[in-house]
Amino acid sequence: MLISNWGNYPKINANVRYVRDLGELKEYIRAFEHLIPRGLGRCYGDSSLSDNIVSICNLNRFLSFDEKNGVLRCESGVSLKEVLDIIVLKGWFLPVTPGTKFITVGGAIASDVHGKNHHKEGSFADHLLSIELMLSNGEIDTCSKEENSELFSATCGGMGLTGIILNATFKLKRIETAYIRQRIIIARDINEIIGFFDEYKDYTYSVAWIDCLAKGKNLGRSVLMLGEHAKKDEITHEQFIMKEKRKVNIPFNLPSFVLNRVLVRVFNAYFFNKHIFASKKFFVDYDEFFYPLDSIFNWNRIYGSRGFIQYQFVLPKKSGAEGLKRMLEKVSQRGTGSFLAVLKLFGKGNNNLLSFPMEGYTLALDFPLRNGLLEFLDELDEMVLEYGGRLYLSKDARMSSKMFKGSYKKAIEFTDIKHRLDKENRLSSLQSRRLGF
Amino acid sequence: MGWLLVLGAKSDIARAITHKFAEKGFNIYLAARDVEECRKDVQDLRIRYSVNAQAVEFDALNYKAHKEFYESLNEKPLGVVCAVGYMGDQKGSEKNFEEAKKVIDTNYTGCMTILNVVANDFEERGEGFIIGISSVAGDRGRKSNYIYGSAKAGFSAYLSGLRNRLFKSNVHVMTVKPGFVKTKMTEGMNLPGLLMAKPEAVAEDIFKAWEKKKEIVYTKWLWRQIMMVIKNIPERVFKRMQL
Repeated sequence: MLISNWGNYPKINANVRYVRDLGELKEYIRAFEHLIPRGLGRCYGDSSLSDNIVSICNLNRFLSFDEKNGVLRCESGVSLKEVLDIIVLKGWFLPVTPGTKFITVGGAIASDVHGKNHHKEGSFADHLLSIELMLSNGEIDTCSKEENSELFSATCGGMGLTGIILNATFKLKRIETAYIRQRIIIARDINEIIGFFDEYKDYTYSVAWIDCLAKGKNLGRSVLMLGEHAKKDEITHEQFIMKEKRKVNIPFNLPSFVLNRVLVRVFNAYFFNKHIFASKKFFVDYDEFFYPLDSIFNWNRIYGSRGFIQYQFVLPKKSGAEGLKRMLEKVSQRGTGSFLAVLKLFGKGNNNLLSFPMEGYTLALDFPLRNGLLEFLDELDEMVLEYGGRLYLSKDARMSSKMFKGSYKKAIEFTDIKHRLDKENRLSSLQSRRLGF
Repeated sequence: MGWLLVLGAKSDIARAITHKFAEKGFNIYLAARDVEECRKDVQDLRIRYSVNAQAVEFDALNYKAHKEFYESLNEKPLGVVCAVGYMGDQKGSEKNFEEAKKVIDTNYTGCMTILNVVANDFEERGEGFIIGISSVAGDRGRKSNYIYGSAKAGFSAYLSGLRNRLFKSNVHVMTVKPGFVKTKMTEGMNLPGLLMAKPEAVAEDIFKAWEKKKEIVYTKWLWRQIMMVIKNIPERVFKRMQL
């Protein structure tokens, strides 16, 4: 069947199998070469695309939930939405969450996802107590930071290449309510926003949305969003109950002329205004704070049938301000701007071999696929490399092997382990083959 | 809340129905041959919906044990979902009696014997509901799967009679006729995407229809119209068609 991930690029024909039990999984893993596991397909590019795809979405059982200590064990196909639906009512929250809850736990580990609290609480894998996975020979292995730690550090952020994650045990975070106390600050330019990130670093959650079309003295104009879990006595709502909200669906791919420069400008102007008005609203529920785009089903269709690329890079903190400025200038010059540009200051990275975060600034930009885009992104790659930064594998659909090996310092170490675990390179994706594993 | 007995609990449709009813507060008996696999679902249901659940071993083909099986349930269920099914291989069934027999026995005889036991209990109690998962394939025999289709036709007729019998005992019997559903059964088959339903959507339809006490539900709903057309094609024409 024809299949693509969230960016709708690339689209390929693949043999997709849905596994329901471990016997079947073992059968597939032994029968097919070029096999990669896939969850809800929310990575943007080709990380979970291959000739043979094994969907783990039906391995979606909860195995145990220690409500007293906040420890959850579930199969890898359980989505973060399903986790939240259960744990929030009992006063727990995800330790780390990306900007969508429609991803699986397996995917969260394979991408070692980060969220708005990275500077304080690290990435998803930092909260894992243990994982169980099926290796390419069909054997099942357990690993954690302490036990089998090499396998652990290769698997977390390892894009499904070390084995198929079966289940995971992770620690949750105590909350008193389902609400977030939000604070919104407008920054006039890039220097101001960078200053704000430092100034407000004690907030648990922080992220900024940047207007990529702003130029000159407005370059880097942005909205900083800060948040803390609201305490019980701060809110008047029922602690854990949220209002049912209206959802919107984009029913089909929009024609590519819809997303033109004028429209994006209008959108950005509206967006900044909306936030000026919205700044009075202090308490929002977790859906509104963490997953604003989840209320628009299939928002990726806005970019049309050719799809889009989300380009997310990180630059080390010391080179950040200057580097960010240069990158933003280049992007704003090109004009076919980003619908969404999200800026965040990361804290220190962890020891996982292919995990993306490192201390510095990360910026995520959406580019609809147009002629000349791939060449343009290659130019951006050069700049990222020059500053010692790197790209997020879960968003990538096009980076060169040279770029990857030049920017991921532990790529060689990873390849060694991968080779040892999977001599025949059975577990591989379009991405892993492009990057030269 | 009462218990729901789900027969053939490992099927994708059964799993989706289970989740829907558990979400509404039903305790669940998961009945299937592979009781070990069901045990994993038990824990899942408890965690997700804070309901009680229990895995029970049930083999649709072991008719003689059906009465004993039903009597062994600690608390008698308020409702039963019969999702036992086996598509088999049409060509195989034409040549090999054992295969054909397995298709008939699984889809008809096994369902009939267990539901007889259930019906007697419900009739005596004067309460309960039975949801039988039949198929659009039972509405008219086509050369591509008429062995399976004839078993399902038998099952549909059985449910119809049961509904008639139990009406005065306040027991509701619902016949479900799914079209193409994206399940293990249809995996790898080349079917039109527009007519494919996800198991979750089928479960949603079933639950809504159950709440409204419908007698026969097609899911997706479009299949009612499609089958109306198919059933009305004159046999003289139908026999020439590639279906």
